[in-house]
Amino acid sequence: MPITFQLNGKKQTLDVAPDMPLLWAIRDFVGLTGTKYGCGMALCGACTVQVNGEPVRACVTPVNSIAGKSVTTIEAMVETKVGKVVRDAWIEAQVPQCGYCQSGQIMSATALLVKNKKPTDSDIDSAMAGNICRCGTYNMIRGAIKDAAQKLA
Amino acid sequence: MKNSTQNPMENLMENRNAKSNAARRGFFKSSAGLASVVAFQLGLNSTGAWAVAGVPGANDGAAAKNPQRINPFIKISADNRITLVVGQSEMGQGISTGLAMVLADELGADWSTVGWEQAPNDLAFALPGGIQSTGGSGSQRRLMPLYRRGAASAREMLVAAAAKQWNVNAKLCRVENSFVLFGDKKSSFGALAEAAAKQPVPNEPPLKDRSAFNIIGTSPKRFDVPAKTNGSAEYGIDVKIPGMKIAMVARPPVFGAQVASFDATAAKKIKGVTNVVEIAAGVAVVADNTWAAMKGREQLNIKWKENAADKVSTASIREQFIAASKAPGIKVREVGNAAEVIGKSANIIEAVYETPYLAHATMEPMNCTAWVQMGVKTRGQAAAQEDRCDVWTGTQSPSISENSAVAASGLTKHQVHIHTKFLGGGFGRRSELDFVAEAVELSKQLNAPVKIIWTREDDMRHDFYRPMTYNVFKAALDDKGMPSAWAHRIVGSSILARRAPQNIKNGLDGSSTEGASTLPYDVPNFLCELATVNTHVPVGFWRSVGSSQNAFITEGFVDELAHLAKRDPFEYRRDLMAKHPRQRAVLELAAEKANWSKSAPVGRFRGIAFAECFGGFVAQVVEVSVNAGNLKVHKVVCAADVGLAVHPEIVKAQMQSAIVTGLDAARYGRITIENGAVVQSNFHDYPVSRIGDIPAIEVYLTGNDAAPGGVGEPGTPPLAPALCNAIFAATGKRIRSLPLSQVDLTKA
Repeated sequence: MPITFQLNGKKQTLDVAPDMPLLWAIRDFVGLTGTKYGCGMALCGACTVQVNGEPVRACVTPVNSIAGKSVTTIEAMVETKVGKVVRDAWIEAQVPQCGYCQSGQIMSATALLVKNKKPTDSDIDSAMAGNICRCGTYNMIRGAIKDAAQKLA
Repeated sequence: MKNSTQNPMENLMENRNAKSNAARRGFFKSSAGLASVVAFQLGLNSTGAWAVAGVPGANDGAAAKNPQRINPFIKISADNRITLVVGQSEMGQGISTGLAMVLADELGADWSTVGWEQAPNDLAFALPGGIQSTGGSGSQRRLMPLYRRGAASAREMLVAAAAKQWNVNAKLCRVENSFVLFGDKKSSFGALAEAAAKQPVPNEPPLKDRSAFNIIGTSPKRFDVPAKTNGSAEYGIDVKIPGMKIAMVARPPVFGAQVASFDATAAKKIKGVTNVVEIAAGVAVVADNTWAAMKGREQLNIKWKENAADKVSTASIREQFIAASKAPGIKVREVGNAAEVIGKSANIIEAVYETPYLAHATMEPMNCTAWVQMGVKTRGQAAAQEDRCDVWTGTQSPSISENSAVAASGLTKHQVHIHTKFLGGGFGRRSELDFVAEAVELSKQLNAPVKIIWTREDDMRHDFYRPMTYNVFKAALDDKGMPSAWAHRIVGSSILARRAPQNIKNGLDGSSTEGASTLPYDVPNFLCELATVNTHVPVGFWRSVGSSQNAFITEGFVDELAHLAKRDPFEYRRDLMAKHPRQRAVLELAAEKANWSKSAPVGRFRGIAFAECFGGFVAQVVEVSVNAGNLKVHKVVCAADVGLAVHPEIVKAQMQSAIVTGLDAARYGRITIENGAVVQSNFHDYPVSRIGDIPAIEVYLTGNDAAPGGVGEPGTPPLAPALCNAIFAATGKRIRSLPLSQVDLTKA
């Protein structure tokens, strides 16, 4: 039974196993590989996408649960108003090192800034707590979020 | 001075040295080579660009189209865009930008018009030991001369072309911003490139005076960042080859266990599963997509053969280590007679320090795509056929990957093409060849391109772990409180026994003792011994290797000596460093920037440590508070001397990164073994730092004219001891075993 949803603003129909995580559906079947696999258990945040504007972990989200919903991935998020500012802040601060976690970091940061124009350090800690970075770019991430918040103010 | 362990990987390929030296001698002349052949025959990657690991979709650093190749390092297009080719692997340490800066500066290029390209497997890019590999914080340290020579040679050829065209003396021409100039004559590199490529290759091109550097020492934006902020950067796991299968491998729970039998009936019923194949690593479930491979693997029913290691646990290994610690080990370094002095001294101290196994846990789990093709048609040559093996992966070592693919495919090295993608973390894990060997083996069996993806659980349980160690210290203090004797016996497992046994001299694996056998402290009677106990647990290079655990234990023990002597731990170290001015300057800078001479804020306590690793010198001061057993790390002040800093901001970012790696390990890192198998499996039971754990970090570089030292790793070793010394200052509790998550900090 094909599943239809909005992906990055376009209608997307996929005929895949209904329990297939959204992560593998968009990577293997749509070919968008900016969303990363890191743990498969919603522990690391590398696979963060937005479903109806909320950050979710695509690695544990069955594709049939998003039928009729709207999914945004990193590829389109950085073209949105807030996403673009966040990306520019990331480049300005030279945040990424290996970069593998950064799609997820940017997705979580964008979700935070859409809702909270002036995040405090503790807002940042809680919004970003689900995103692991093994290169330890956390302080640069914090700086870039604050910089983006200023530019959005 | 400490004689740092050279990258031991190099000697994996001793037999290739002759070949690589030949390649090096002639590298400027050996045009064409693999690069162009590969580009033509590879096919397309998922973004529709040629599958060279450049920066797809990025504006910055994009390689020019159809450039003229001057030599393996430099390509120039007619519109004066310059492509700089880097053979080192980009795993976040910024080397694609850093070595491109070296090339651009020596070439005389305009930085705003250069781009970067990842080299294929090609010994023109090899380290002095004859292997193309990224590790041991060695890229700038060991390759800057080669890259400078490559760029200088290209520059001389451009100048020669211009001089010939103008009929002037080449020695009177000068080079500026991608142009050659003579009097009022001026010609762009782009206009000269075709003629330059035909010029004789200079034997010893003159190198720029260091005072003329105008790119080295600055901090331009990194090439790889734009693509890493919009999802377009291509990692190994993202590679897509037409017709490619996806596979997951069921691996033995106990390292080295063999398949007794398996039943694939249920697995083959999963839609999308196409094959179930036994390979050396285990049982591979091959499918059309990742989820089918995962589900299929869950349905496998495998019986593993009984194994001698089935009963081994961390506790049983520890007992072996303790037993080994009772007898003298191999003497690594001896000065004077430590045992005699300790035996006669009234003021002695003894301690046991232990460190656990650690996983690498790179963000991108291991994966590799391979395609072994027999009798494939060669493009451009009608009727010509060839056998070839292509490998797309994030590898720290194209040479090791190539060796592995040669062994697994049965083809020759010239038929093996390694396409190095961005690495989603390396930390030493991607210097291994296991993920390459299995993909090549499986592709050959399937006669199809295949990508093997590891789950996080596979990655955690089939790593090559930082070795667990057990350490016995004894020391004596003289009447001034300074150490008159130091004796240290290390018990641990050998990495080189597996990776480079020919590098073990007199039973001694230098990677076990680096950071412990030579210290920057003057002790008149010194003995470091090593007892090696190898087990079935595979051990490997982990960011900063031996220094990562040895700094924790030696710098903890030095702190104990300072305490026993009732001395300030900074001043005690400083006095012991009297004959080591470079190390001492770093220690003093850290203390100064941390305001060591003034009290810490109320309720906060500081610890200090120093370590030398891979030619980098780093001191750190960590500030903590401990309330009701809860540790809060407030601040890390880091001073580093890495010699010439090619890109100071990248150096600082690497120190930040290495500090967080040190924090992860000190606070949480612990792999344990039960029934022969790893207990931990994912980030819930192998936790790492999250954003709220991270202290303020300040990094200061001493800045000097010394040759480049290591950058990517030296920031890790001092963190654990500085942190634990701060905890001692706060609580009076001496931490002699990690991680801290296993230590009750409520009681002293």
